[in-house]
Amino acid sequence: MDIKRVKDYIYWLYYQYLLITCSYVLEPWEQSMFHTITVTVFAMVVYTAYVFVPIHIRLAFEFFSQIFGGQPDSTV
Amino acid sequence: INHIMHNGGLYKRPFNEAFEETPMLVAVLTYVGYGVLTLFGYLRDFMRQWKIEKCQNAIEREEQKDFVPLYQDFENFYNRNLYMRIRDSWNRPICSVPGAKVDMMERVSHDYNWTFTYTGRVIKDVINMGSYNYLGFAQNSGTCQEAAAKVLSRYGAGVCSSRQEMGNLDIHEELEKLVARFLGVESAMAYGMGFATNSMNIPALVGKGCLILSDELNHASLVLGARLSGATIRIFKHNNMQSLEKLLKDAIVHGQPRTRRPWKKILILVEGIYSMEGSIVRLPEVIALKKKYKSYLYLDEAHSIGALGPNGRGVVDYFGLNPEDVDVMMGTFTKSFGAAGGYIGGKKELIDYLRTHSHSAVYATSMSPPVVEQIITSMKCIMGEDGTTIGRQCVQQLAENTRYFRRRLKEMGFIIYGNEDSPVVPLMLYMPAKIGAFGREMLKRNIGVVVVGFPATPIIESRARFCLSAAHTKEMLDTALKEINEVGDLLQLKYSRHRLVPLLDRPFDETTYEETED
Repeated sequence: MDIKRVKDYIYWLYYQYLLITCSYVLEPWEQSMFHTITVTVFAMVVYTAYVFVPIHIRLAFEFFSQIFGGQPDSTV
Repeated sequence: INHIMHNGGLYKRPFNEAFEETPMLVAVLTYVGYGVLTLFGYLRDFMRQWKIEKCQNAIEREEQKDFVPLYQDFENFYNRNLYMRIRDSWNRPICSVPGAKVDMMERVSHDYNWTFTYTGRVIKDVINMGSYNYLGFAQNSGTCQEAAAKVLSRYGAGVCSSRQEMGNLDIHEELEKLVARFLGVESAMAYGMGFATNSMNIPALVGKGCLILSDELNHASLVLGARLSGATIRIFKHNNMQSLEKLLKDAIVHGQPRTRRPWKKILILVEGIYSMEGSIVRLPEVIALKKKYKSYLYLDEAHSIGALGPNGRGVVDYFGLNPEDVDVMMGTFTKSFGAAGGYIGGKKELIDYLRTHSHSAVYATSMSPPVVEQIITSMKCIMGEDGTTIGRQCVQQLAENTRYFRRRLKEMGFIIYGNEDSPVVPLMLYMPAKIGAFGREMLKRNIGVVVVGFPATPIIESRARFCLSAAHTKEMLDTALKEINEVGDLLQLKYSRHRLVPLLDRPFDETTYEETED
């Protein structure tokens, strides 16, 4: 019973995605094209985030800690 | 409650009108949806142009390709690419009388709404939330129908002439006297078509050298009549009295554009209930302004006659005003009286002038006798002159239905536009896919609704418009509300954040018609 509820919920989320992006009114081949493009763009965003975001966060953290932590060194 | 003091006691009852603002996220997502559809529209147009796909819409012939293109503007683009995809929610054929429940013919489309075929099945007893049947007179049995059948067997169905030649029957005279008595004016005249009443009579009343001040959201018939007349047209913001007053002041002070001569006539065109917004005109303030600046008022009561007011006499009755203050009272018999046609009421000199000078009176065929009898019987019923209290009960039932329905929808969390007392209830949908989805889902649940999209409304504010009726019982309304609740949860339509603020009177250049308190 729970599996059915989860499946219904996922189908409802898919239905919301179709309604919001208006792919609900498109013909099936247009829908496939649109889904391909969306999934590709989303995968690229996720990959870029996975590769670059930790490095950028570490660099930003080092930059800001250098500004605040490095002050005693510079005044001496 | 604030207005009663601000307007010097013009309003005898609270005037609650609200137009909740579009939530930002919803507006952005709507534009995203329209963007996707536009891109696919361009793709399909490209494919049609280069013959990759069969072109099923109208295109110019080969010989006309060098002339001005006919189908390249946005409206035609919208028509081919967006409207066609959800077209099955409109033009649905019905096959019974459009009362509280109606039978619809089922149709399917195998090529994505370019053509339809009928399956032969009839969907029975669809709850009808779309017909303008405000007092429930659209019936095929009862006193109105019997009277109309008797008149049909006496006079036949056609008149075969215009009013001026041989088409002036005695029942037309009786109808006009009855309409004048109903409205409380000196004299009235009836025409065969409501649209033609507006578009053909405004040119007879005003001409070049006159000024027309018309509301932003006026109906196409009023706009057409105003443009045909040749007068100068200025638009004021919807139901905004400060905007109207500013235009009136400018008109009186500056006069006509180049010559600075005074305007021959200033005519204010307003409607009783605006059918796309569900808002009621601020009639006491308009009449006060009209008297102050000595202009004329043309009130189009197409949706409000019979539907508003304790006696069903329209928006003038609703505000408790004197009908003689309105110079030209126009209305239609289509909505509350279950018939067809329009009327104009006013002073005797005005109506006598219109009898000879209006195009519709001179050239159009007069009204068909059974239709006239339907109007006479239903009007007598509303006035209570047939000896029963059916009319009064219908008017009260409609008012109760309106308040109940609007309250319940607001509680559920939908965004509803308009005045609390108007029987026209627009429910905002915003996203284009939801327009088609709402229409289809409601029909699956046996409720027929009218959804409205771009050319009739601004592009992001598409809506579903419910027209309540005195023929709807509470059980029908409860069923409908339950289904609307379900569909609202399914499609995520409950956008309201309950930030309704009662309208305050502020100068119009600060904000638009809807106010927020920040």
